[in-house]
Amino acid sequence: MGMVVAVLSGFVLALAAPYLYRMTGRAAGWIFAVLPAGLVVYFATHIGAIEAGQTVSVTYEWVPALGISLSFYLDGLSLLFALLISGIGVLIVIYSGGYLEGHRQLGLFFAFILTFMGSMLGLVMADNAITLFVFWELTSLSSYFLIGFDHEREIARFSALQALLVTGLGGLALLAGLLLMGQVNGGLEISAWLGQGGAVQSHALYPLILLLVLGGAFTKSAQAPFHFWLPSAMEAPTPVSAYLHSATMVNAGIYLLARLNPILGGTHLWFYAVTVTGGITMLMGAMQALQQTDMKRILAYSTVSVLGTLTLLLGLGSEQAIKAAMVLILAHALYKAAMFLVAGAVDHGTGVRDINGLSGLRHAMPMVALAASVAALSMAGLPPLFGFIGKEMLYQAALETQPTRLLLIAVAVLTSMLLVAVAWIVGVRPFIGEKITTPKDPHDPPVSLWIGPGLLAGLGLLFGLLPDLLERSILSPSVEAVLGRPSAMDLALWHGLNPELALSVVTFAGGAGIYAGRNVLLAIASRVAAVTRWGPAAWYAVTLIGLNRVALAQTRLLQSGYLRVYLLTVVGIIAVLGGYTLIRGAQVVSPAVGFDIHFHELVLAVIMLLGAIVAARARSVLYSVVALGAVGYCVALIFVLFGAPDLGMTQFLIETLMVILFVIVFYRMPRFEKLSSTSVRLRDVFVATLAGGLITALVLRATAVQWYPSMSTYFAEHSYLLAHSRNIVNVILVDFRALDTLGEITVLAVAGAGVYTLLKLRPQKRED
Amino acid sequence: MGSLILRTAARLLLVLFLQFSVFLLLRGHNEPGGGFVGGLVVSAAFALYALAYDVATARRLLWMDTRLFIWIGLLVAAGSGLGPLLQGRPFMTGQWGHLVLPGIIDLGLGTPLLFDLGAYLVVFGVTLTIIFSLEEE
Repeated sequence: MGMVVAVLSGFVLALAAPYLYRMTGRAAGWIFAVLPAGLVVYFATHIGAIEAGQTVSVTYEWVPALGISLSFYLDGLSLLFALLISGIGVLIVIYSGGYLEGHRQLGLFFAFILTFMGSMLGLVMADNAITLFVFWELTSLSSYFLIGFDHEREIARFSALQALLVTGLGGLALLAGLLLMGQVNGGLEISAWLGQGGAVQSHALYPLILLLVLGGAFTKSAQAPFHFWLPSAMEAPTPVSAYLHSATMVNAGIYLLARLNPILGGTHLWFYAVTVTGGITMLMGAMQALQQTDMKRILAYSTVSVLGTLTLLLGLGSEQAIKAAMVLILAHALYKAAMFLVAGAVDHGTGVRDINGLSGLRHAMPMVALAASVAALSMAGLPPLFGFIGKEMLYQAALETQPTRLLLIAVAVLTSMLLVAVAWIVGVRPFIGEKITTPKDPHDPPVSLWIGPGLLAGLGLLFGLLPDLLERSILSPSVEAVLGRPSAMDLALWHGLNPELALSVVTFAGGAGIYAGRNVLLAIASRVAAVTRWGPAAWYAVTLIGLNRVALAQTRLLQSGYLRVYLLTVVGIIAVLGGYTLIRGAQVVSPAVGFDIHFHELVLAVIMLLGAIVAARARSVLYSVVALGAVGYCVALIFVLFGAPDLGMTQFLIETLMVILFVIVFYRMPRFEKLSSTSVRLRDVFVATLAGGLITALVLRATAVQWYPSMSTYFAEHSYLLAHSRNIVNVILVDFRALDTLGEITVLAVAGAGVYTLLKLRPQKRED
Repeated sequence: MGSLILRTAARLLLVLFLQFSVFLLLRGHNEPGGGFVGGLVVSAAFALYALAYDVATARRLLWMDTRLFIWIGLLVAAGSGLGPLLQGRPFMTGQWGHLVLPGIIDLGLGTPLLFDLGAYLVVFGVTLTIIFSLEEE
């Protein structure tokens, strides 16, 4: 129960947020932050139980027939993520209150952020595959609204759409993969799957399932070649970048890989697919990060790189690798969110985001500078920060891997060197040195803007100094959840003189070297940059434009605006397809047609035929309208002849009204000199005859077949007894089938409203 | 169109048609008739009136916008089915009662009649909306 409340509380508050905002004014951020703070407390109360090895789960039936239920599951892994989401959420909400202060849509912003928080919590705690998918897509959706928050700018809209389409496509793949897994495992509850890993891995569909699930995870976590949406997503306001695109949403893919590791992992296919992708991404991301000059883009690419590292570790799958991954998730979330918030504070204070235009800010923004340096040290992996512990564990995992050990070490060390240089560039350099003039006069931002980065950076320091705080309570249980077996961690700053330490020293030296020689490196890189112009981002743009063009062309073809074209198309296709099916599937059933026709019926038929011919051949519109009216009256007479006086009456009246209507309309319209030519009429007659013939054939076939006892006998027997009526037609309309009739008169009402609107509102040309 | 004969006839016929339409409505349960035909008849009446005079006069006669009839009709029709819900029976279960004035009337009245009335009003409203809008164009 509590878990459902925890997930849904974000959505509920989101609904009320725009209205609450009007009442809270300047302290909005602090007030709204109460919810995530409460959630942190709630999740913290579960630490003890999780530490002891228990799990908490809650299930609500949703669609039992399909095995879909709203089930939530809290274990070490979800607890780690839940604490991250809610904890960082507190600081983000506070920060947003200050960063976007005075923005007229701030209430809406809070609503979006809270919706995202709720979706993300639902995602990490979901136990049912469909529940997981629903929250997965909800995070994509709220991300769309958040990235495009500054919706007046086209680049923001473009980036939001790009992120949505890429992650949405991945989401579809994920859905397919999850459903296939459900088929193989015979159920949709993920916690039930955790014990059945062998069944999936040995199944013939395993490669396909893996491909689909990886598609979902890689698009969400910006792995190559799907990484290009993340730097574009920097168009979002900085709190969004800090929350979604560094600490939480992009980690959803990592979470998925971790969660499904016991089921899908451990095979050669997993090892190579995941590790290779992760390795490529981590190196490429770090290299790109070095080439950027915008603070946020630097951080975005470095996020891509670390996500690649996490993917690599999960691909390796060894116990040490999983431990490293968990530590890195936490360390990265802390320092990256802090750095993004710092970038935002700097931007807010100086109006500059280009690192070449920033220097000497430590005098003006001491608190921010302090937070930035601490976070940067964690990013570079220097002791005594938590990031250092993470990096050491990364090296340890790489050293332990048997095949390709050297390659892994090389990639890991090179990436880390690049990140050291990047950390210095973005986290320390803007604050040291001489002051430069900037568009806005920098000053220390309000509390709401530095408390976030300060706290996050401080936690990085705290956990680095005292890793025991987290070891048994949160990190070990999460490792166990991913591994599927008990495990103990030994986190410490100093493990003695070992290979990892040597690698760290090499890394720092290399990083310093890269920083010193970065201009040379950048020059080389720009020569190679020509290749990247045809990278995945370009493919995305080309595909989108092509899709739009095709849609435009086919719409122009099919939706030409001429009613006669629509009618011709619809009637024609129905006639052709229906006729084809009828001929193909027709067992020769001679229709029950007798040939005892009365004279008056014959006369009626002849009149109808003549009327139709006259209507087709008429030289003026009025002639054809009148002829059609004659046909209509004959139909009404047929109804009367065959014992349906109500229908006959109604048809008479409708026909009369139609003729009157047509006369009114055509009387007012200008003379049409050009009616349809003969060839066009022949074509129309042909199609009409075809359609009419089809319906006739269908009716004859249908009356000849008698699979079920006729409904009319039921109605005849029961209409008086149950409905006190002797008029069966009417009682069917208003009693037996009243619900259908209610629908029909609703349709009638809508049609009337439509006609009215078309006629009344058309002539006004609104200057938009 | 303003011929004197048409105008006089229209005035008389309007009353007649109105009565006839109500007659059709009430009669529909046991004999041919019903809400749909009734609505069409009364629409024809007002259409004729609008042809004889003009649409503005016809609208004034109606003392309510034609579109309002549509929504009222829908409300009545849907509402007639809500009663049984209060008794825990499915939506649209027919409720029947007897109106008895000994010696004068012995009527079986039920919610289907209410539903039929709703259909009547909707048909009336829609037809007149369309006809009047076209006439005014």
